[in-house]
Parts: sequence; C-alpha cells; structure tokens
Amino acid sequence: METITNLSPIILALPFLMFLFLGLCGNKLFKSNPNIAGWIGTAGLSVVAIVSYYIAIQYFWVEGKGADAYQQFVLFNHEWLKMTDNLVISIGFMLDPISAMMLVVISTVSLMVHIYSLGYMHGEEGFQRYYAVLSLFTFAMMGLVVATNIFQMYIFWELVGVSSFLLISFYFIKPSAVAAAKKAFIVTRFADMFFLIGILILSYYTNTFDFLKLTAVSDGHATLVNTKMCGEMFMGLSVTSIAMFLIFLGGAGKSAMFPFHIWLPDAMEGPTPASALIHAATMVVAGVFLVARMFPVYFFEAHDVLTIIGYIGAFTSLFAAIIACTQTDIKRVLAFSTISQIAYMFVALAVSGYTSEHEACLGYTASMWHLFTHAMFKACLFLGAGCIIHAVHSNEMNAMGNLRKFMPIAHITFLVSCLAIAGIPPFSGFFSKDEILVAAFEHDKVLYACQAFVAGLTAFYMFRLYFRIFWYSENPAHAHHTPHEAPMNMNIPLIVLSVFTCFTWLDKVFPFFPEKITADRVGYELETNWIIAIASILVAVVGIAIAWVLYLKKNDKPDMIAGKLKCLYISASHRFYIDEIYLFITRKIIFGGICVAIAWFDRHIIDGFMNLLAWISRELSYDIRDVQSGNLQQYAWGFLVGVLAIAMFAINY
Amino acid sequence: MAEYLTSIDFAGLFTADNIVFFILSAVILVCGFMSVASTKLLRAATYLFFTLFAVAGLYLTLSYEFIAAVQLSVYAGGILVLLIFAIMLVKNLGTDTETISYVNKTIAGLSALAGTVFAFITMSKFRFISSEGANDAAAKVDMEMVGQTLMGTDRYQYLLAFEAVSILLLACIVGSIVIATKSKED
Amino acid sequence: MIPVEAYLVVSTLLFFIGVYGFLVRKNLIGILMAVELILNAVNINFVVFNRFLYPDHLEGYIYSLFVIVVAAAETAIAISIIINVYRKLKDVRVDSINELKN
Repeated sequence: METITNLSPIILALPFLMFLFLGLCGNKLFKSNPNIAGWIGTAGLSVVAIVSYYIAIQYFWVEGKGADAYQQFVLFNHEWLKMTDNLVISIGFMLDPISAMMLVVISTVSLMVHIYSLGYMHGEEGFQRYYAVLSLFTFAMMGLVVATNIFQMYIFWELVGVSSFLLISFYFIKPSAVAAAKKAFIVTRFADMFFLIGILILSYYTNTFDFLKLTAVSDGHATLVNTKMCGEMFMGLSVTSIAMFLIFLGGAGKSAMFPFHIWLPDAMEGPTPASALIHAATMVVAGVFLVARMFPVYFFEAHDVLTIIGYIGAFTSLFAAIIACTQTDIKRVLAFSTISQIAYMFVALAVSGYTSEHEACLGYTASMWHLFTHAMFKACLFLGAGCIIHAVHSNEMNAMGNLRKFMPIAHITFLVSCLAIAGIPPFSGFFSKDEILVAAFEHDKVLYACQAFVAGLTAFYMFRLYFRIFWYSENPAHAHHTPHEAPMNMNIPLIVLSVFTCFTWLDKVFPFFPEKITADRVGYELETNWIIAIASILVAVVGIAIAWVLYLKKNDKPDMIAGKLKCLYISASHRFYIDEIYLFITRKIIFGGICVAIAWFDRHIIDGFMNLLAWISRELSYDIRDVQSGNLQQYAWGFLVGVLAIAMFAINY
Repeated sequence: MAEYLTSIDFAGLFTADNIVFFILSAVILVCGFMSVASTKLLRAATYLFFTLFAVAGLYLTLSYEFIAAVQLSVYAGGILVLLIFAIMLVKNLGTDTETISYVNKTIAGLSALAGTVFAFITMSKFRFISSEGANDAAAKVDMEMVGQTLMGTDRYQYLLAFEAVSILLLACIVGSIVIATKSKED
Repeated sequence: MIPVEAYLVVSTLLFFIGVYGFLVRKNLIGILMAVELILNAVNINFVVFNRFLYPDHLEGYIYSLFVIVVAAAETAIAISIIINVYRKLKDVRVDSINELKN
C-alpha cells in the first residue's frame, strides 16, 4: 500500500514535468536532432506506464480487495483551494477499479502513440511541441481519471480540452485545421459550461465536491445527495435530475454525443496518432467515465436522466453508424465509428443496475469493458489508418485499394481490429459488445433492437472500409509511388495493440472485468447468454457479407443502391446536415437575428451612453481649457475676482 | 463716507497741511493713472517717477523722513532707473505705442471699479480710532529707534526679518546675475 | 488734521489704478510698473496705520522698509528675466510669450 502511495505522484508529476521540459526547452535543446525530444518523451511515458501497470496490478490482485468489495483508496489529497469549510477543491489521487483500469488504458495507448509518432511524425516541423502536448495530454487525462473530487475532474477536463485543441491545430498553417480546432474547442467548451453549472448546483446542495461522499450508497440511495437534495424542485423538475443532466451534457460534449458530435469528425485534422490517442481512445470516453464515476447518483437519484442518456446514446450510435457508411475519408469513417461506439458505452451504462447480484450491473461492467477494448482496437485502427495515409498520402478511399500486397502488417492488424469492432469472436469487441447487448436485452427491448442493428451496420461499414482499403480495385490511383510498409517503430504499436485485441478471450478463462469492475465493486460470475451471442455474431456476419458483396471487387452495385436510396444516401453523406443546421442556427438566427438586436442595443444605447459621457467631458474640457490660457492677465483677473469674492464673504459673514 | 463728508469743516479745509495733502494726493492719483494709461512706455515711467516722488512727500507729511529718503533713493533712484534701462535695452520699447482693446479696458476698468467700491464700502463699515500720539503728527521718529527696531531682538523688534531680507537680497543679486548673463551658446 | 480715511482713500485708489494697469498692460515692463504702484499703495497703508494707530511702535514703518527692499529685489530679478526673454523671443508682450504652452 505504501509503495503505491509513494509511486502514485509520479503518474501525474512525470508527464507534467515532461511537458514543461519539452515545451520550454525542447525547441532550443534539440534543434539539430528533434528525435531526442521524442525519445525523452517516450522514455518518460514508459516509466509512467510501468508505474501505472504496477499500481493497477497491486490494486487488483493485492491491495484492493476488501472484505466483500473493492475498496476506494485516496492515495493523497492535497487541499488546494479552500472556498468554505466544506467546499474545498483538492488535487488528489483516487484509486478504485475504474480509475485503475483507466490508468492502464491511458498509459498503454499513450505509450503506443508515443512510439508510433517517432516514425509517423519524423521530420515534422514542431516535433518537440507535439511531444510536449502529448505529455500535457497524458498528464491531464491521468489527473482526470484519478480525480478525488468533481472539481479536480473539471479542471483536468478543461486541460484535456486544451491539449486536444493544441493537437488538432498542430498544423496551424492549414486553415481547415485551425477551423476544426476552434470548432472542437467551442463545442466542448459550450458543453462544459453546462457541466460547470451542474457541478455548482450539485455542490451548492451537497456542500461537497468529493466523489467518495457524493457516491456513497446505503439502503438503495446515494445517501448524501438523497438527504440534501431530495424533494428540491425547480420548474417542476427535480433539482438532482437537472444537475445530473447538466453534468451529463458536459460528458456528452467531450464524448461527442448528439447533438454535440459535430466537432469530432473535424478533429481528424490533427496528426493521426494524436487522433488515435485523444479522439478515439481516451479523451472522448471521458464522458462515459464521468457517468460511470457518478453512477450511483445517476442510478438512485436521477434514474430518469439515465434513461434519457440511454436514448440519446442509442440514437447517436445509429445516427453515427449510418453516416459512417457513406463517408469516403477513412479517418472520418473511423471518427463516426468512434461516436457510435462511445454511444454504445452510454447505452450500456443506461441499462445497467447497481448491485452485482444476478448480474444486475452487467451494463456497467460491459460499458467499462467496451471502453477498454474499444480504446485498444480503435487506437489500432487509427494507427493503421495513419500507416496507410503515410503510404498513399491521402485520406480518401479512392486513392487506396489492393494495399494488402504492399503493407502486410498494417493489413493483418487492421483486419483483426475490424473483426473486433464488428464483434466476431474471439476478438475483444465481441465480448464487450455482446455483454452490452445482453444488458440492453434484459433492460429494454427497443434499445436492444437498435443496438443490434447498429452492430450490423458497424460490421458493414468497417468492412466496407477494410475492403476499400485493402482489396477493391486492382489498379488504384496510388499517388506518385508504390506504397510501402511503414517503419518498425510504427508497426510495433500496431502489433501490441492487436495483441490486446486478440487475447481478450482470456477473460473467459481468468475472469477480470465481471469480477473486478462493477458498479458496487463487489463482482460476480458472468454467464454467457448464448442466444444473444449467436444472434449478434449472425448480425455481424451479415454485415460483413454485405460489405464483401459490395466492396470486394470494384462493381456498380454500391452506386445502384445509393441511387435507390438517394435521399437517405445524400443526406447521410452530408452528415444529415447537422453542421448546416448549426451554421443556420448560429449564423442566421443567433448572429443574424438575436445578435443584431443586441448589437444595436450595445452600439447605440450602451456605447451611446458611454459616448455621451465622453462627449460631455470633452466639451467640458474644451470649455475649461480656455481657463488655462497661459495669459498672465487672465490669471490676474481671476485672482482679483477670487480675492474680492473671498473678502466679501469673509467680511460680511 | 456720508458721515465723513458731513463732518468736514469746510472753513478749515484750506489749512497748509490739507493743501499739501491734496496736492500730493492729486499728483499720486493723476500721475499713477497716467502711468498705467499712457501708451508710451517711457512716458509711463516718467509718470511713475512723479507718483513715487509724491508718495515720498506723503511720508514726509507724516514726518517719516527716513522712509521718504529710502523711497526716493531706492524707488526713484534705483528701481526706476532700472526700469528705464530695461526700456532702453529692449528695442523700440520706449517709442512704440501700445494699443489696448476697449474690451480689455472695459473689463479691467470694471473689475478695478468693483474692487474700489467694495473697499470703500468695507471702509465705511469700520471706524479707525486714532491713538493719542496720532494727533501729534509732527512727532519725529529718531534714527536710533529705527536702528533699535531693525536690529533688536525684543518684542516689536525685527532682527530676524532683517536678516531674512538681507539673505533675500543676496539671493537676488546672485540670481539676477545668473539669469541675465549671456550663456555661451547664445 | 487729516483723517486716516483720507489716506486710505488715496491708497485704495492707487491700488486699484495699479490693478487696472496690471490687467490692461501688454508688455512686461508696463506690468512691472503697475506692480510698483500696487506696492506703493500698500506701503502708504502700512505707514499710515503705523502713524495713526500705533505711533509707539515701528511695525508698519519697518514693514514698509522691507516692502521697498523686496520691491527692489523683485524688480531686479524681473528685469533680468525680461531681458532674457527678450533675447530669446525678441518680444516682451505677455500674449506672445507662450512657448511653455507647447
């Protein structure tokens, strides 16, 4: 226990120091050889990864298990801002099953991305800056998952937002990258505003930020929230529900749930490894993590909000999956796939129960499980896509095809990841997605139907992507030269991540997730629901088969189908015009309508008043200025008049 | 004022003292006015000289001969010569005529008039009770007493002020030399 | 016997003649002359009050001496300044001496 406590600050401090070092001195020190900066960053992150693994192992197998449930350890909790006696913002380190699991996820993916970037970003302008920001992101994400209180989480939440902004705008000479970074920042910031309001409402009533106090459960209630906020109503709605919904909105912004999803596809303007780390594996699941962290409160005190989350998740997953079927930019396909998969996790949380009895909290486990597996295979997909883009110098599917002959490693790892996301056993995605479907089936048939359909769509669009890249046309218009295999430091991460994907079936032999990661931290033994499992395999196979038929060889069937479903196809390929709706709302209604009136008021009334004051003082000054003429006799005259006045006053009174 | 006028003994108006006083006052006021109203500066200086002279005469009628002497030597002899020198040194100043706008004249005149009226009204509100020795207008002030007062340190004696004034004078001598010396670059 | 008030009337008139001169004169030496008139009016007051109200002491007497001395000093300084101004600006009229303003 002491060892973990002593080691834990390294996880936060080392990436932060790395960020400061690389950010402040990186450009100067490593001007001639920027690769050293990359190696330093990677080395630092390896240390962090080792420490994270050590802590996670110690927690899960040695220290963590209490009498009947896993304990929540607060390793340190440094008081930072003391607002009132109760409202204290601390910076601390909380260790519980989900944060320990997240440590593993983040450090693994981050380390892989660091190694991968050594090859991918080689020779890029701002190589040192890139590594500095990666370190900052790792620091922020670690701080977010180990937060002991919701305010610490909010602070690191904003920090990951900043590092995301910096990485999206990494190629800041490209206007599209700048626009994308701005869009991501504004949209997530807008959602974070709701998050902050939610935190304020919650802490106003409960008088604390502390997760341990907020999520303490007894007698089927989140005790503190129940006693402090029960019966408080605002405009006919329970205040708890409002607060928790607002907090969810923050999570929805970061996790790109409808209608805040618009920033994620554009965020692909950043370097591909950064997209893999931030916009696929870690940062975008922060919203899921947030809901999981506050799960007892959602489940017991705001169950209506949880239901809403479920439906938003289901809709988003369907919506994003449909769009993903029509996109031609491979990174965008992956981005919409990410949105869809994160929505899965939300659905899983929404259909979960709390206790471990009778597998009631299967949804919770499945959500975290899917988070884990998705982080691995989606990072692998993104890094693979990076290799491909590296090879053909284009994001567009049309420039690809038949690449399996040129890039065998990328091909195999990509295929493994596609099989995983499609839900084909024995790859990781099958297990986690299957549990989600089981949980949904037991909870809500509508959600189940929707998610099963989305699973089929996922298989379809992922294999459409796969076939288009690696098979399809025999003579693709490869740009300029023959594509070649990526260097070793780019292939190793692919292999490592696909190994994670390949060996998740070991969970069936040595149960990890159901036993260790549950909402009440007690654990249970998972029984496979074979009917659902077979059904989902069938759905996936059907999806893959359709993709096989349509995209294995170049033919005119896809165009024919697109022609038949013209309306749907066109609107999906335009992402259902959500961006246009946003633009319409912001440009036409807000800027063009409301803001015009406000601007008029501001310019004419507020500014007018200020100008009036300025005008008055100017006029007065001009009048008074003449008094200071520099004319001696005028002064003498004033003096005389003054003396006479004072004398008159003094003598007569 | 009115009381004063009614109390005048017109028969006794033409005593020698009174006649001298009237003449001196007339010279002071008329020459004083001319010295500010004259358009030529050299003339104005001349009128000023007469005014200063008449003021010295006024001191004499009060039997303060020493002040009268100082007035003549310092003012008429020193200051006025300085002024005339200055007028001569400045090109064309002695011969140029100075035109002053009627607006300025009116404003200044009205202000001065208002001041005068105010001073007269104030004066009419108070009576000045002459002390015993006042009647003895001819009583001489001997120089010894002046010397004692200037150099003594008792009550009603002004050594400190005298020293302060002497330092002031020294400062003035140095200052005026410094200011008036042509610097090398000129 | 001439009453105090007669002297005061003379000094008051002389004072305001001086003030008038100060207000209307355009050149510095003229203004300086007006100042001399004002000082003289004050001196008359000092002397007269001394003579008629406190003939035993010499307060007004001594002060009028001091005033004369100070007037002399002031004139000396003022004239040296005027000469200097004339050297620099070739003009001694108050309304054209405005170099400090800019």
